[in-house]
Amino acid sequence: MDLNYTAEDFAFRDEVRAFLDANLPKDLQQKVRNHKRLSKEDITRWHKIVAKQGWMATNWPVEYGGTGWTPVQRHIWEEECAHAGTPITLPFGVMMVAPVIIAFGNEAQKRHYLPRILNFDDWWCQGYSEPGAGSDLASLKTRAEREGDYYIVNGQKTWTTLAQHADMIFCLVRTDSGGRKQEGISFLLIDMHTPGITVRPIIMLDEEHEVNEVFFDNVKVPVQNLIGEENKGWTYAKYLLGHERTNIAAVGRAKRELQFLKRVATNQLKNGKPLLDDPMFAAKVANLEIELMALEITVLRVVSSDTSKRGPGPEASLLKVKGTEIQQILTELMVEAVGPYAMPFDTAYLEGEHEHSVTEDDDAAPLAAHYFNFRKTSIYGGSNEIQKNIITQMILGL
Amino acid sequence: MDFNFTQEQQQFSDALRRWVDKDYSFEQRTKIVLSEQGVSDQAWATLTELGMTALPIPEEQGGFNGSAIDMMVVMQELGRGLVVEPYFATVLAVEFLKRTGGHEALLEQVAAGELKMACALGERQSRHEMFDIATTAQADGQDFKLNGTKTVVIHGAQADLLIVSARTSGKQRDTDGISLFAVPAGTPGVTRRDYRTIDCQRAADIDFVDVKLPASALLGKLGGGWDVLDAVSDYGVTLLCAEAIGAMDALNGATLEYLKTRQQFGIPIGKFQALQHRMAEMYMQLEQARSMATLAAVKVSSLEPEERRRTVSAAKVKIGQAMKYVGQQAIQMHGGMGVTNELPAAHHFKRLTIIEAMLGDTDHHLARFIAQPGFKKTA
Repeated sequence: MDLNYTAEDFAFRDEVRAFLDANLPKDLQQKVRNHKRLSKEDITRWHKIVAKQGWMATNWPVEYGGTGWTPVQRHIWEEECAHAGTPITLPFGVMMVAPVIIAFGNEAQKRHYLPRILNFDDWWCQGYSEPGAGSDLASLKTRAEREGDYYIVNGQKTWTTLAQHADMIFCLVRTDSGGRKQEGISFLLIDMHTPGITVRPIIMLDEEHEVNEVFFDNVKVPVQNLIGEENKGWTYAKYLLGHERTNIAAVGRAKRELQFLKRVATNQLKNGKPLLDDPMFAAKVANLEIELMALEITVLRVVSSDTSKRGPGPEASLLKVKGTEIQQILTELMVEAVGPYAMPFDTAYLEGEHEHSVTEDDDAAPLAAHYFNFRKTSIYGGSNEIQKNIITQMILGL
Repeated sequence: MDFNFTQEQQQFSDALRRWVDKDYSFEQRTKIVLSEQGVSDQAWATLTELGMTALPIPEEQGGFNGSAIDMMVVMQELGRGLVVEPYFATVLAVEFLKRTGGHEALLEQVAAGELKMACALGERQSRHEMFDIATTAQADGQDFKLNGTKTVVIHGAQADLLIVSARTSGKQRDTDGISLFAVPAGTPGVTRRDYRTIDCQRAADIDFVDVKLPASALLGKLGGGWDVLDAVSDYGVTLLCAEAIGAMDALNGATLEYLKTRQQFGIPIGKFQALQHRMAEMYMQLEQARSMATLAAVKVSSLEPEERRRTVSAAKVKIGQAMKYVGQQAIQMHGGMGVTNELPAAHHFKRLTIIEAMLGDTDHHLARFIAQPGFKKTA
């Protein structure tokens, strides 16, 4: 039993810190730390910086341009990024579709897409969910019919994160309607600029345009955009879901947010004293902090036992449930901490159009929006109820 | 980074489990519990043979100098096996002797299985605050005279020697002026009222009336016992946390088995989602608790006092929450059988409930966690 990083791990951490110190733009850092909205340009700028350093693909084999890091090194990278306050790495290209292309794509697909993903030349989005297929993903109905050298795609995807910026979408489409619903699904890569695609915004609780509906109306997709075999898409989708769940606990970000919460609760007064001195509020913060301490160790247990280099197995469901519970309580306590200052809603400030918010309490201004936004975390990526089903089946064997 | 137990630790664990399976079954344990003494000399002899009494003792006194992680392995198995022998009480007392030094002969006797000990710390009014001490030890020439009453002393009547906290100066709730003494149980003026506890162990209330102690009975510095008491208490908490992990492991295992075998409406009850999701939560609670028990065991002996208090209290809080959830849900899912005294599950539940009340409950440790200066530090 040894809970310490090795000397090599510490050296690696120093290298990561030095890189972030020198390369994370201060304006981006401020936006992230202060819960402000990021533009397409902000996100692209950060991805290009990481790409230039060659640290984009932390989960790929070295031969394709991956970093070759150990699971512990990947964990350190994620922790340090979160601590510094970098924009998140968009998972859709590098973390999600790329492993599928590497595992099941043909040589031409690998040669074309992988370098572009490494350089962040294309903005990818994910075409999985449909209006009638959420947690029950295999019920999807979007059809792709073969006509000569093309598939003709018709249907609708939804909850498509940042599709308004996207150049490419990877889609699960139905190519066969007979048999079990998991059979007859294919995995298709579609250029978002193809005629017949319409993106319609879905405005969320916090009035942010983060997700979309994507409509496909007789969209012509070249057959060479099919990954692997026709009707085997469900297998690839499940493979992908395994990769989606690295860093799912988001412990690093939660640690940063806990510090933010404590700062806010120190500045806010209750009965003339810092709110953090109030025993009832302090108890809530302490319970949260202890759960986070436990989750950090649980993550390290999972990471350090991961010899597959494919990311965690079903125990990732534990990380997802506990991680999102912690994230949601954090946002809840932040709103509680600022009391009536949760009310003012200044979108111009959130968009970075003004330096200060309308009430000049810049810490407080984004917190209610942040709280509402984070209700998504227990729903996306397989709702927490689905995660409990996974634990039930894969770990408990019920 | 490595979260695995060593091969040696695994062997210890396996040996204990084999012994429990063979010689400390639920039926055999019930006989011990209902016996006059409430503990078994034969079991103690076996624990000695297996090296358990020697494990925490320094090598110079015939022990194995076991770390807190080694002890964690043992306590997990004792928790799983519902062992009611005075092992925890003795090991906690050993920690007092190790930290204060100078009692090599006693440690040798423990290692050889010849000495059982208990820690007489709590009093009627003290609740979880071990500095609240009314018992006095008055200087009497070179000697001391001990007066007072200690309550709910775990295995107090089964011990040959008691570690007693007493006030040599200061007010009742001062942390200064606390001294620690090693008191042979047979010393004139010591009276013990032995009773059963709800979790099938034993405890005693102990009166000390003009108990004459030689100067050599003093452990550590006169009036400087608090730091030792605080540190040993934290060590004890890590032992209890580990025991709780073993008990919860057993309880989760039993509940899962029950969900798979108990049939209602023609199917195993484990097919019902209302039960599945609670079982999944029990699994998550246990893993989170295991992480904290591990962290506490790794850190308890090496950290600075503030960081040690913070980590250990955090562990007791997390384990406290997990114990309550796992225990109550396990009973609920066992249905009518869960509320009988006949299943080991019921006894794991009772033990977990009592661990919550030992060496500070969840609220006590939450407040202690908050009270450490680190809690209010912001980056």
